[in-house]
Amino acid sequence: MSETQAVKEPVPPAKEGQGSQVIREIMGGNALISVLAVVVALVIGGILIAVTDPRVATASGYFFADPGATFSAIWSAVSEAYGALWRGATYDPTARTWQGQLGIFETLTFATPLILAGLAVTLAFRTGLFNIGAQGQIILGATFAGAVGFGMHLPPVIHLLVVILAGAIGGAIWGGIAGFLKARTGAHEVIVTIMLNYIAISLVLYLLKNQLKDPNSTNPISPQMDDNAVLPLLLGPNFRVHAGLIIAVLAVIGVSWLLNRSTLGFEYRAIGANPKAARTAGMLVSRGYITVMLISGALAGLAGVAQIAGTEKSLDSEIAGSIGFDAITVALLGRSKPWGTFFAALLFGAFKAGGTSMAVNADVSIDIVAVVQSLIVLFIAAPPLIRSIFRIKAARREGASA
Amino acid sequence: MSVTANITPSRAADRVAVRSWKLPVLFGVLALFAVIVFAVLGPDGDATFRISQEGDAWQVPDLAVPAKVFGVVVAALCVLLAVRAYRQMKNEGRIDKWVAMTFTAAFVIGLLVWIIGGTKTQNITLVGLFTGAMLITTPLVFGSLSGVLCERSGVVNIAIEGQLLAGAFTASLVSSITHNAYAGLFAAAVAGVLVSFLLAAFSIKYVVNQIIVGVVLNVLVSGLTGFLFEKIMKIKVDGATIYNQPAQLPEVPIPFLSQIPVIGPTLFRQSIIGYLMLVLVAAVWFGLFRTRWGLRIRAVGEHPKAADTVGINVNRTRFLNVLAGGAVAGVGGAYFTLVAVSSFSKDMTGGLGFIALAALIFGRWNPIGAALAALLFGVAGNLQSILSLAGTPIDGQFLAMLPYALTILAVSGFVGKSRAPAADGEPYIKG
Repeated sequence: MSETQAVKEPVPPAKEGQGSQVIREIMGGNALISVLAVVVALVIGGILIAVTDPRVATASGYFFADPGATFSAIWSAVSEAYGALWRGATYDPTARTWQGQLGIFETLTFATPLILAGLAVTLAFRTGLFNIGAQGQIILGATFAGAVGFGMHLPPVIHLLVVILAGAIGGAIWGGIAGFLKARTGAHEVIVTIMLNYIAISLVLYLLKNQLKDPNSTNPISPQMDDNAVLPLLLGPNFRVHAGLIIAVLAVIGVSWLLNRSTLGFEYRAIGANPKAARTAGMLVSRGYITVMLISGALAGLAGVAQIAGTEKSLDSEIAGSIGFDAITVALLGRSKPWGTFFAALLFGAFKAGGTSMAVNADVSIDIVAVVQSLIVLFIAAPPLIRSIFRIKAARREGASA
Repeated sequence: MSVTANITPSRAADRVAVRSWKLPVLFGVLALFAVIVFAVLGPDGDATFRISQEGDAWQVPDLAVPAKVFGVVVAALCVLLAVRAYRQMKNEGRIDKWVAMTFTAAFVIGLLVWIIGGTKTQNITLVGLFTGAMLITTPLVFGSLSGVLCERSGVVNIAIEGQLLAGAFTASLVSSITHNAYAGLFAAAVAGVLVSFLLAAFSIKYVVNQIIVGVVLNVLVSGLTGFLFEKIMKIKVDGATIYNQPAQLPEVPIPFLSQIPVIGPTLFRQSIIGYLMLVLVAAVWFGLFRTRWGLRIRAVGEHPKAADTVGINVNRTRFLNVLAGGAVAGVGGAYFTLVAVSSFSKDMTGGLGFIALAALIFGRWNPIGAALAALLFGVAGNLQSILSLAGTPIDGQFLAMLPYALTILAVSGFVGKSRAPAADGEPYIKG
């Protein structure tokens, strides 16, 4: 997968700007598959919603007497659910408060850690490594950031910078372990990162019972972050959007530059395309594995910073939610490109924000979002399947992957 | 999963590089740990093990071990064995199997005595420890057997978690509707096969990266069961949730054997799933290593091209193996709702599928090894929950880490060589 990806995309000519490349990626043939995959996944999700809706079940009882009733029941069940999803993720004129109407900002809040963690997966993926461990790296990043965030008292700005740095270091350590073991012993990074995820959870639970516990609380939760240690809110106290979004966008630009413009990135892509050829060409493959996992871990650690210093403000064992796993799907949906990851993260952020409103307003469990997301990735990962559904001819470049 | 180790150019270099100091070093560190922690800092109390329970065929008195004295003995033994391992590696270039195994056993028992000697209650029933461990071990064994079947044929199965969860959900639903636990058991196997079918179809037919498919299937099953749990299992008829009241599988004690202390209640007082587990471990081992069927599967997993050359249909073999693995894991999932707990709850497998993956690797892709690893992880998990109430010298969270840490050590070559089938994770495209 990774190999074919990297082979298929030649380095864009230097004269082209970043913007035009983004547009080309969106307009390209692959993007059509992505859009269709989203559509098919939503249709299957809609079928699930309709089948389990009690009104549809009632109406289908007298289907032959009044088939229209069944179809209108299906329509109302699905349109209510997806309507609520859409309004929750963008703009909801029916909400009681004006803050509640602007779900788009919730979307951005949810998207922020997804962008950063998605980039972590993307970068490793392009180097031919499968970083399943974003979850653990987020937890470690949040733990490190939290430890200096409520354990130290520093002047404004400096404190925040220290927190961000600590989070990146925390994630880098956790990612670096996997990279080091891969490089030195050949231990498969998928196994190591999965195991490190669970070790991270146990570790943070232990710390929350002991060193990092809030003495004033009976629950395993840390004290609140220092006021100087939190990421400032971008749109005032009414919205949760925080400066982590700026970090995320900067990271997208940075990773994009790293991968496409820098020597290091060229090495990474070469290793991802063919580690043996890269070694023959004189590149240090093992060093590449270690450094890319350090950077990847640091990016995931920044996602942890966004969570603890931006959204949550205190550490608990659920700090990473399902971000680490969503990040994998985000990176796949984004086709392992930095800007693709960015837009995929926005979409998944919208699903998350909308899913909450769907659960409240249309009584459809937020789990349907997980179903739709995983179907999207399955369809995207198997372009021949989507092509056979829509009878699209294979793009010429696709031939190289066989 | 192909291991990208540095390939040594010649055979001569191979012979030089084969002397690995990882194990002696690891033993040395552990022996030092044993000396400091078990012997010098050992607790003064006794560790009492209750062995017999009422109804056993014969009664064995409680075993009281003075923790400090025992710690000194274990530490001394560990040091001797570590020295022996170092000598053997230096002189012969390899370590005898018995040295490694005795060291491991001594260290684990020493650790156990140290933990229990240091707790406030200071006594523990071995029966409780092992029967409780079986609650974790049983699904782990089924999960890792599923992994063995898939990976031996060359398909990485990260979707064990999803297969277990699908089995647990379907078993509960069907058993509730039919009021027949065996129908639930069968349906669970079918559900596991369905998840496996997706894994096989995407990874073999559409040649999608197997790890991606596995990861995504876990999310899909978690979402799907979660959604249907909210939508179907919470429907109340006359104030009761009728779709989440599964009929349970009865316990079938085997006469006499079930009366043996410790072993009886652990192995011979189980439901049909428990016995199925024992049979399957033996059957899969025999099938893989003693039959023509197994030879073919291993050929497909190690060198698909060679297997193809002699007329084995590689992708068909893989497809069938993945489906079989799904059925096994589905039955393991049924254990959750038909034996262990009386109803389904969201994401109730709680990461056990990944511990099963760990057991599979730690057991070196061997059914019996995987089952023993599952037992070790089950005991560690149960010990953690037993000790979570009593104040222990070691935090339960560190016991929880044990399976994962051991697996990392195993894949990085510190604990023996855990090597995946050569073509594991590599799709086979004919031509």
